[in-house]
Amino acid sequence: MLAQQLINGITLGSTYALVALGYTLVFGILGMINFAHGEIFMLGAYIALLLVTIGHLDIFWSLIGAMAGAAVLGMIIERVSFRPLRKVSILAPLISTIGLSIFLRSLAQVIFGAESTRFPVSIKTEFYQLGPFQVSLLQIVILAVSFGIMAVFQVFIKKTKLGKAMRATSESLHTAGLLGIPVDRIILLSFAVAAALGGVAGVLLGLNFNAVSPLMGKMVGLKGLTIIILGGMGNITGAMVGGLFLGFVEVLSVGYLTSSYRDAVAFALMFLVLLIRPTGLFGRVVR
Amino acid sequence: MFDAYTSQILTFIGINSILALSLYITALAGQLSVGHAAFMGIGAYTSTLLMTKLGWPFFLTTTCGALAGGFFGFCIGLPTLRLRDLYLAIATLAFNIIWVVLVMNIEAFGGALGIFNVPKATNNTIVYISLVVLLFFFYRLKDSRLGRAFRAIEENEEAARAMGVNAVYYKVYAFTLGALLAAYAGALYAHFVTFISPHDFEVDRSIEILLFVVLGGAQTFIGPVIGAVLLTLAPEFLRFLAEYRLLVYGLMFVVIMLIRHEGLIEEDTFSWKRWSKIFRRENRAPAP
Repeated sequence: MLAQQLINGITLGSTYALVALGYTLVFGILGMINFAHGEIFMLGAYIALLLVTIGHLDIFWSLIGAMAGAAVLGMIIERVSFRPLRKVSILAPLISTIGLSIFLRSLAQVIFGAESTRFPVSIKTEFYQLGPFQVSLLQIVILAVSFGIMAVFQVFIKKTKLGKAMRATSESLHTAGLLGIPVDRIILLSFAVAAALGGVAGVLLGLNFNAVSPLMGKMVGLKGLTIIILGGMGNITGAMVGGLFLGFVEVLSVGYLTSSYRDAVAFALMFLVLLIRPTGLFGRVVR
Repeated sequence: MFDAYTSQILTFIGINSILALSLYITALAGQLSVGHAAFMGIGAYTSTLLMTKLGWPFFLTTTCGALAGGFFGFCIGLPTLRLRDLYLAIATLAFNIIWVVLVMNIEAFGGALGIFNVPKATNNTIVYISLVVLLFFFYRLKDSRLGRAFRAIEENEEAARAMGVNAVYYKVYAFTLGALLAAYAGALYAHFVTFISPHDFEVDRSIEILLFVVLGGAQTFIGPVIGAVLLTLAPEFLRFLAEYRLLVYGLMFVVIMLIRHEGLIEEDTFSWKRWSKIFRRENRAPAP
């Protein structure tokens, strides 16, 4: 029972971790929150759904398509809600992206209808016995994709020249600009990467629960915020560990408490972390 | 005087204006709250329960509702003081979500279904008297000791501390006062719509209150009120769009933020100097 919950928790948590990475990337660089990130997540799932049902693509190419679509959306959001408002205040982009999230959510409702759609699973329902764990093929796919993407992302941030430019930009926009880094393009790129991560997470959660709905982005978006608080804003390792942790906590609280408290547990935890250690569990101590 | 529909919209405009001002006073001391709907709910539930269970009169239940909100505001404000900007916003957001889940699970408060048949007691007279009193308070606040302390903290907390402003005291003061006002508005709301449930006080409502303030402009106390008026009227005017209504509503924020970074009303919108300068410039002959 517990072993099974652990597997479920890791599967859910790895999806959360992807969402949180997107938030933390944007926060790390601009110090601002993209409130429409949950809606990118939701639209990623719908893009994959369309590619599977209408485009007759397999799940791999649908994932790639969802990533690309989400990345374009992320870049549009940067151009509309962040670049013109970057120097104004932290409130202006917040309000602008809240508006965008209302817009995107109702756009999805107009196009796809308000009720949730089943995700046509093209993965066989097979189970494997790994020691005490019983793992479905679907869970293996989700885990492989999310951990694979996280690994690639780590290498990208730590080893490549672009990743280095991103880290420099997150240290200081101004200094990075002085050193010849094309700051505007790096910011645009990080929005694209963040959105692509969110899009993949949407597809994986859709696969996991076999349902896609216009409202799915809202709660996940708020949970993504929880995770980056837990892990420390702008901290990449913190986002990944925090995501897995939240997945565990949720699955366990559904298993051992009543399910109606599931969402409260996550947010109560975050509230406590904020009170005790406002910089998050992995955060640097800032003034 | 007005038909039922107009009168109802006027009431909502009044209540929303009070809500906008309740967040504005918190924002005055530089604090961003996304949990005001929870305080509103505390006021609504306290007032409703006191009236239905104990049969207390309206003015007493609303007062107690407001005080209950203020008490919770004090309890939340005190520990969350060390947090700033987005951190505080997210902590208050978490408080809002936890509050909704808790109330949903308390059977004595009607659980997720809420409370039906709340006695109707709110009318436009009481709403607008409250609003006028509040507006007068904010008009006088600007150059008072309190208002100046708030503004000093908002501009630069370290500098304010160095000048001897007790930042902790004033920040808790502002937060408590904001929560108290939001709870009062919540009590008025409950006794107007006659049905309350936890879903009425979810984070969406808190965000809506934030939208009133930022869209209207947080530089003057007129801004939030204008924001509340416009955003209460907007859904009514956009009704003809049917299912496309929220699309336009959402885009509206994006566009307004692009055009007016500081919100619709800015500090100098009503200043005589600015307008006279503009007129003078037009009248002046172009330089050779």
